[in-house]
Amino acid sequence: MGSQRYLVRKVLHAIATLLFVVAFNFYLFRIMPGDPITILARSQHLSRADIAEQIANLGLDKPLPQQLLIYLGDTFRGELGVDLRSGAPVSQLIAERLWPTILLVGISTVLSIGFGLLIGIKGAWQRGGLFDTTSLYTSLVFYSMPEGWLGMILIVLFAGLLGWFPAGQYESPADLTGFAHIVDVLNHLFLPCLTLTLGYIGEYAIVMRSSLLEVRGEDFITTARAKGVPDRDVRRRHAVPNALLPTLTLVFYSFGFVLGGAVVIESVFSWPGVGRLTYEAIGELNYPILQGVFLLSSVTVILFNLAADILYGYLDPRIREG
Amino acid sequence: MSAEAVPARDATASGEARAIIEVRGLEVGFEGRVGVLAGLLGRRGARARAVDGVDLDLYEGEVLALAGESGCGKTTTARAIMGLLRPQAGEIRFEGRPLGRRLRAYRREVQMVFQDPTGSLNPRKTIYEIVAEGLRIHRISQGPNGETEEELVARALSRAGLRPPERFYLLYPHELSGGQRQRVVIAGALVLDPRVIVADEPVSNLDASVRGEILALLMKLREELRISILVVTHDLGLAWTVADRVAVMYLGRIVEIGPAEEVLQRPRHPYTRALLDVVPEAGGIDRPILSGEPPDPTRVPNGCRFHPRCPAVASGRAARLGIEERCRTVPLAPLPAAQDHLVACYLAELGERP
Repeated sequence: MGSQRYLVRKVLHAIATLLFVVAFNFYLFRIMPGDPITILARSQHLSRADIAEQIANLGLDKPLPQQLLIYLGDTFRGELGVDLRSGAPVSQLIAERLWPTILLVGISTVLSIGFGLLIGIKGAWQRGGLFDTTSLYTSLVFYSMPEGWLGMILIVLFAGLLGWFPAGQYESPADLTGFAHIVDVLNHLFLPCLTLTLGYIGEYAIVMRSSLLEVRGEDFITTARAKGVPDRDVRRRHAVPNALLPTLTLVFYSFGFVLGGAVVIESVFSWPGVGRLTYEAIGELNYPILQGVFLLSSVTVILFNLAADILYGYLDPRIREG
Repeated sequence: MSAEAVPARDATASGEARAIIEVRGLEVGFEGRVGVLAGLLGRRGARARAVDGVDLDLYEGEVLALAGESGCGKTTTARAIMGLLRPQAGEIRFEGRPLGRRLRAYRREVQMVFQDPTGSLNPRKTIYEIVAEGLRIHRISQGPNGETEEELVARALSRAGLRPPERFYLLYPHELSGGQRQRVVIAGALVLDPRVIVADEPVSNLDASVRGEILALLMKLREELRISILVVTHDLGLAWTVADRVAVMYLGRIVEIGPAEEVLQRPRHPYTRALLDVVPEAGGIDRPILSGEPPDPTRVPNGCRFHPRCPAVASGRAARLGIEERCRTVPLAPLPAAQDHLVACYLAELGERP
């Protein structure tokens, strides 16, 4: 049947996108103004010879096309290169930051999707009601707020004035273990997670709401009502499953971005995640780190998109043959 | 059910029809939308009376066409009859008893067919699931003669002209043609053995080539299963083809009602006449077609609702007959439900032709 061809086509698409991203990654950071050595040299007192040696060590003296070939070769062997500053392998640096990012961005994404979809569904079903109006405007306000600013407000309020939660960092300096450590991390996690969740909810709520409103106007919903399907079942069995289809793309897209971290919020809360690593690397034009993070993030986005496409094929009979 | 229906059918033939659905004094209104701020300040949207005093009977085994321009309230009337809209006033009775608590049982007896078959079918359900849904909602696991669910679904599909039925079970709506989709919608209605089908523009979204087939199918259901059919349509040509009786609506009211051949061949209301003038089958087109703006249900004119667009008023004929003042200022009473040819028009009261 057509479904196999659909699958093959989607996988080929994903591979092609991946190849393009890998090559593009290389140029993207090299067209940024400035060069990493000058920036590194600024902070460390290095002689001209030292600098030249470092350049040669890092392979930055070779012509760009050759650098590209080396980069491609390394990438396909799974080598992400070394940090220009410390010389540590990039993969190790990223791996260290991955867990805090998964914790923060992953949990916020799951929470905001959950709450956002529920708000969107409930609001659309009682369109124009008190819940719909209040939730719609509240989520719009949070959605349009700069998230860094929202984070700072929450820090001032809950860390500064009330002193309920720490203002930043992943854990307390004290060496805690076991359960106490978990509580400590969760305590640190609360504010950045709240900020991200509040900031993301609006997007899901609005997309879900408008998608459900559209489906709600379809004749098959009226037909179901006319046949005597109870309101709850009209929503659960006819309206929501159809309205979820467009939302699914957004959900998978968001999950794809989790590993990329949250650059702004991780910086505001000094959260040792991939986002903050990116932020620091941009400051010093640390190409290998940037390339590594972008590659990782692109790969997950592409994979999640592929997963969404495949899932779509199962969920929407119209696409299978498409 | 059939033991009861047979004498009633005979009664129809002898001229004493039994109404299965009676609509009395139906009024349905909609509130216009206002902005959020205005809403918070307590402002309300303009109230539109989409249906404003409709009396109507649907007799057993008949096809009644409810015709009129878009916005005249015909679809709103149909939806109120389906129990999908709450009327502001008036009553709908099924077999002599008002709807209300009995809505659930009523939903089994009265089925709806919409204009757009693609939109009427849940794209994620198979044809079998779609047709079987009615049975499942009403918890019917067996037919009256012990048929299984599958047998009932198969019978409904073949009655709707989808044969062999098994071939369609696992297909999805998008795999069928427009005409086949409308047949699935009809099968979904038939599976519950309804007494009444309300069809809202059942063929206007279909290709001309399949329109005839679907209309023939509806006629066959009326003949073979004695289902009463209320057809909502903007097309008097269609009413001409299928209907026993025709009711013409204008701005929330029925302005003319009666046996189809009488209403369509000897229209007594200027509005019906104007609508017929654009139907080629009725030999129209050369006379002036309807002028003026389509009616706005938030601003119902005084007097006869049709007077701002009435050719008799515009040409001065009403003035010569001395009724123009009444046309402009004295409201007409809604038409009562009856079998005769009735018309709400001062001109017709004088026995004048429109």
